[in-house]
Amino acid sequence: MPAKKSNRRLALGLVGLVAGMFGFGFALVPLYGLICSATGINSVGAGGRHITESEVKSLGVDAQREVRVEFDATLSTGLDWEVRPKVRHLEIHPGKVYEVSYFAHNNSDHEITAQAIPGITPWQATQYFNKIACFCFNQQKLAPGESADLKLRFVLSPDLPRKYHTVTLSYTFMNVDRTGLRHAVSSR
Amino acid sequence: MSTEAVHDEHHDHKPTGWRRWVFSTNHKDIGTMYLIFALVMLFLGGASAMMLRAELWEPGLQIVDPNTYNNLLTNHALIMVFGAVMPAAAGMANWMLPMMIGAPDMALPRLNNLSFWLLPFAALMLIMSFVVPHFGGGVPINTGWTLYPPLSLQAGIGMDFGIFTLHILGISSIMASINIVTTIVNMRAPGMTWFKLPLFAWAWLLTGLLLIVIMPVLAGGVTMLLFDRHFGTSFFDAAGGGDPVLFQHLFWFFGHPEVYVLLLPSIGILGMVVPTFSRKPLFAYKPLVYSMFFLTALGLVVWAHHQYTVGMSKEVTEYFMIGTILISIPVGYMLFSFIFTMWRGSMTFETPMLFAVAIVLMFSFAGVTGVMLAVVPADLQYHDTYFVVAHFHYALIPGALFGIYAGVFYWLPKWTGHMYDERLGKIFFWWTTISFNLTFFVQHFVGLAGMPRRISDYSPVFTDFNQISSIGAFAFGASHLLFLWIIIKTVRGGKKVGDKPWDGAQVGNAGLEWTLPSPPPFHSFSTPPVVK
Repeated sequence: MPAKKSNRRLALGLVGLVAGMFGFGFALVPLYGLICSATGINSVGAGGRHITESEVKSLGVDAQREVRVEFDATLSTGLDWEVRPKVRHLEIHPGKVYEVSYFAHNNSDHEITAQAIPGITPWQATQYFNKIACFCFNQQKLAPGESADLKLRFVLSPDLPRKYHTVTLSYTFMNVDRTGLRHAVSSR
Repeated sequence: MSTEAVHDEHHDHKPTGWRRWVFSTNHKDIGTMYLIFALVMLFLGGASAMMLRAELWEPGLQIVDPNTYNNLLTNHALIMVFGAVMPAAAGMANWMLPMMIGAPDMALPRLNNLSFWLLPFAALMLIMSFVVPHFGGGVPINTGWTLYPPLSLQAGIGMDFGIFTLHILGISSIMASINIVTTIVNMRAPGMTWFKLPLFAWAWLLTGLLLIVIMPVLAGGVTMLLFDRHFGTSFFDAAGGGDPVLFQHLFWFFGHPEVYVLLLPSIGILGMVVPTFSRKPLFAYKPLVYSMFFLTALGLVVWAHHQYTVGMSKEVTEYFMIGTILISIPVGYMLFSFIFTMWRGSMTFETPMLFAVAIVLMFSFAGVTGVMLAVVPADLQYHDTYFVVAHFHYALIPGALFGIYAGVFYWLPKWTGHMYDERLGKIFFWWTTISFNLTFFVQHFVGLAGMPRRISDYSPVFTDFNQISSIGAFAFGASHLLFLWIIIKTVRGGKKVGDKPWDGAQVGNAGLEWTLPSPPPFHSFSTPPVVK
């Protein structure tokens, strides 16, 4: 029957559309990252930029201006650590390099590997927050009862818009063993 | 008798007993099963809402703990959207579309059987997701129906049941949509050209296409969630370099058009009901069809207005804001079209028409609060408050649920051969409409005053309005017992009706269902009718 045949053809075409859209969902994963980094419309990897010591010199220090930088730490579920910034806030000059550290302690009776994920508030300041060295570039492994000082060297770009007087850097520490992650995270 | 002989035999008799239903390939029987399933789910979803409103009767925690509260809230949404409204609309499509367009049955009857029979398993799975946390299954699904990570990555095994529920429901509605689209495109009677198509068929054609486009994206998104939970991937897990906001994009790429999936079938029903009781053809039928196309297309590209607060750049939020405000043009057009159909018509106010008029009024109200929410600076204030809850209940209860009620009262005489009790129908209409408004109108105010949604406790200053809301909700819930009674009464007996129970039913682009007896024979249109 020709009607049956055309039904089958149309239905199969629609199944093809379904398969295509399913693929589209997965294609969005890389596309999302690409679109965001190409157009800068979203603050993906919102932890500030990674720069080298030599790049710092070209920034130039703005000794006239003071910006308050606040530090914060949060633990995600299932991470039996204690984490806190050693200084809560600093008054800094843009362009000058500062070093701060976070205190971390493993409260549990087993070894845990964690990854710190940064976030910057206001998010518009993210691109002006440059990190030279950071514990968040790598995973951190602590033995039971072990403590560590986690170091961070950063410099704020002098072109940070004038309207921002306070920038907050917040880390969320995540238990990497729990999520079953084995590979290291790309630099942040 | 060999199986082939059974196959070739043109049987006019009904299969009997349970086989009639379990092995059914008859569009009317499958439609009935869809509608019964939807009604059962409506009561289940309603029961969870009643528990939420009971908990919110007073500030503080009385009945359920916060996690169970949020699980009930998730269930309420999932059951109402996927269990009640979508199957009800699919049931109407099954019952009416072949009869409206003069087809003997749906294009793919066996697929039709499968898409229905997946639903009870999905419902079972969802009930499991609610039960397992109470037997050591970890944290319940406490995310709301949006299932945002990281919370959904941290929930217990109930979340896995929830994800599989969505998979099954997705497969079911994709198959139903393929069937419906194929039926409308291929099975129209000779002479039933595109622009003679009843509006309900147009509405379902677009709904079906929308579902085919969006459902796979949701399925992909929740599959990634499942992988992140169990197989060590990091699509959304920030600890491994994933981005939780990506899930929000995937979800709302599905979630926003889903609103139109719920709305459009009801717009189609209004397109049948309003001309009938105004005794005038639909005003500006063709532009109305075009505006549905416009709505469908635009609905696919405005999803991120649900995510203004995640930190998108100004340019991006501006695009989504303008796109969203543009949606009021096709929707406004539809409502004007219905108003102008009523204009100078010989209107009578039977129950379906009462619902239709109320929908035009109350849905416009949801449209106004929708434009308010679309505006970025305002939304940053309203985001995740009861203002949003009030907005989408004004959109979905009149826009989807009342549309379905209008359809039920409109076609119940056709389905059963009996006229429903008009007096009870009118009582049901006033009871639901008043109690619905009582429930949700005050939620605008508590929302503007800052009461956040999805939290089982609230500041004592909101107590009065929450009690009004709860009283309204209990009355709204109770009204559905009357609805159930009206349906049972009509099925069991009542005044016999002829082919055309409504005297205005054949104006304009009416469906061919009115040329059939009430109730229609088990097999209708074995020889295609010719539309002049």
